[in-house]
Amino acid sequence: MTETKHAAAPADVGAALPAIELAGVAKEYRAHGQTVAAVRGLDLAIAQGEFFSLLGPSGCGKTTTLRMVAGFEEPTAGAVYLHGADVTGVPPNRRDVNMVFQSYALFPHMSVFENVAFGLRRRRVPKPQIRARVGEMLEIVDLAGLERRRPGELSGGQQQRVALARALVNRPRALLLDEPLGALDLKLRQAMQVELKRVQREVGVTFVYVTHDQGEALTMSDRIAVMNDGRIEQLGTPREIYERPATRFVAGFIGTSNLLEGEVTAIEDGRAVISYGPDGRIEVPLRPGLAAAPGRRLELTVRPEKIGIGTRPPGGALCAVRGTVTDTVYLGTSTNYNVSTATGAQMVVFAQNATSAEEVAERGDTVWLTWEPRHSYAMGAAQ
Amino acid sequence: MAGPTRRRAAPYLMVLPAGLWMLVFFVIPLVLMVSLSLQTGNLVDGFRQTFHWQNYTDGLAAYGDKFARSLWYGLLATLACVALAYPAAYWIATRGGRRKPTYLSLLLVPYFVSFVLRTVAWKLVLTDNGPVLGPLRDRGLLPADAHVLDTGLAVVSGLTYNYLPFMVLPIYVALERIDPRVVEAAHDLYASRFQVFGRVVLPLSLPGVYAGVVMTFVPICSDYVNAEMLGGPRNTMIGNVIQSEYFDNSAYPLASALSFTLMAILLVVIFVYARALGTRDVLEAARR
Repeated sequence: MTETKHAAAPADVGAALPAIELAGVAKEYRAHGQTVAAVRGLDLAIAQGEFFSLLGPSGCGKTTTLRMVAGFEEPTAGAVYLHGADVTGVPPNRRDVNMVFQSYALFPHMSVFENVAFGLRRRRVPKPQIRARVGEMLEIVDLAGLERRRPGELSGGQQQRVALARALVNRPRALLLDEPLGALDLKLRQAMQVELKRVQREVGVTFVYVTHDQGEALTMSDRIAVMNDGRIEQLGTPREIYERPATRFVAGFIGTSNLLEGEVTAIEDGRAVISYGPDGRIEVPLRPGLAAAPGRRLELTVRPEKIGIGTRPPGGALCAVRGTVTDTVYLGTSTNYNVSTATGAQMVVFAQNATSAEEVAERGDTVWLTWEPRHSYAMGAAQ
Repeated sequence: MAGPTRRRAAPYLMVLPAGLWMLVFFVIPLVLMVSLSLQTGNLVDGFRQTFHWQNYTDGLAAYGDKFARSLWYGLLATLACVALAYPAAYWIATRGGRRKPTYLSLLLVPYFVSFVLRTVAWKLVLTDNGPVLGPLRDRGLLPADAHVLDTGLAVVSGLTYNYLPFMVLPIYVALERIDPRVVEAAHDLYASRFQVFGRVVLPLSLPGVYAGVVMTFVPICSDYVNAEMLGGPRNTMIGNVIQSEYFDNSAYPLASALSFTLMAILLVVIFVYARALGTRDVLEAARR
């Protein structure tokens, strides 16, 4: 049920045009006589009021994509639409979107007030209105009273909020954020994540958020596009992406994943049964579009927190795999076990320390890993 | 304990060589010259310390017009330097790409040639039948009696030419240090290309202009080679006066007094200039 809540885009989506639409957008660079593709044919629609994240490793094309929406880069193919209007080729100052830069890019020679008022002044907003809107925005980002400071006199977190206010005060159709929390330390980053989400709810503006931090994307986003090598690997809600990664790349990039593969021995009760190693048994729920039949090899994932660990063979209908503990890491609230399975796959188990104060297994112990069949997720045929 | 003591002494030891150098070659001559500027006498009978401060008033009275002309030429040449240097520095910083070092060294190539030789070359360029005026006059673009040499224009153009790199380099450095994201941010916040330049790029590069102005204006005002070689007898600057009082008339006290007067005037001008700009802004922008 919670899944549908996440999956549902904001209420007016059906009626309104998408805030941002990319149609077949590609970007190629020429460097040292070679053509390098940064973005390869992206199709994407971002709904109004949505918190949308572009997530991927560095060099995956997420920042280039954002810069094409802002107008700093022009696509080599395809078109960019803002609220249905084709803005391809329109310079950044005539696009109704604003950007928050990773380095903040505040104007060092201007006060906080002047930084925030910059966009309004360029649009010739009347002076009393400027004063009111800047004051109101500084209130929202909790910077009231610092109007006359220079950016150099502010902490990193304060600068970051000035950057946010400077963009939001213009009430853009969409706010583009390029790793805005990347320069902050962990504590501040977590505080700002909550803060950003609150501000977004308060002003109701579409956020397009570029990050390489999967935790950040999962926490804040309505939807996430996981990018790799200039393409979208998977597009979905945080839950969909975490629970049902579409590709091996997504499974590996989002959280920790255990990748297993094995040959299907039978199809029973809507599940593929895989015999794993000499005495292991895994069941995977079938789903539409999955080519599973006895004799075919499947690739599947199980999240580490879904797995139980024990020293005796389990009974019942659980999936079970035997292995040897290669490492244990005690983390206070949980213990991580690294286990090498009978067939040589490496698996990770996160065991909560809620019940057992003692470690259930030590390095070198033979253990049984068990999980419910519904937590197996088949990604497709094994390569 | 030797350790902490030595560590505390280290900074002083490091400035010691330069400090000694400045003491021997700057402070001592300066003191000697202050003393000299208050003496009376002549080369034959010798000079005696009489605290004759009238050397200063006499010098100012006799050569006030030369002081004024020096400052005027200094102002014109400095402004010409800014006007020529800014676009060049801007172009190198923004469009130079991988060839920036090449362009910068091209700019400096003429300055590997001696100062005097360069000024002689400038003289050849500006002479009445030289490569510039000759063809222009032949085509009727200039009146037959037009000439540049021995005019104030020649002096100012020579000064501009000789001190141009000292303006280009600091402006280039200031422009180079501007974060391109800051420029993008301005563009993103609805500023047109002109507004981006006027509101962001220009203010952020002003510290370079300020530095360039100080580095060119001061030496230009005390220059005498350009006026000597390009200006003829009617466009002399205070440097020429000091030079001739020293070497031709051996009027050492007067020449010293004139030198100090020039120094005082330049110090006041620079001080007022720095004050007018607001040191806070300059320092802050430079600190980035």
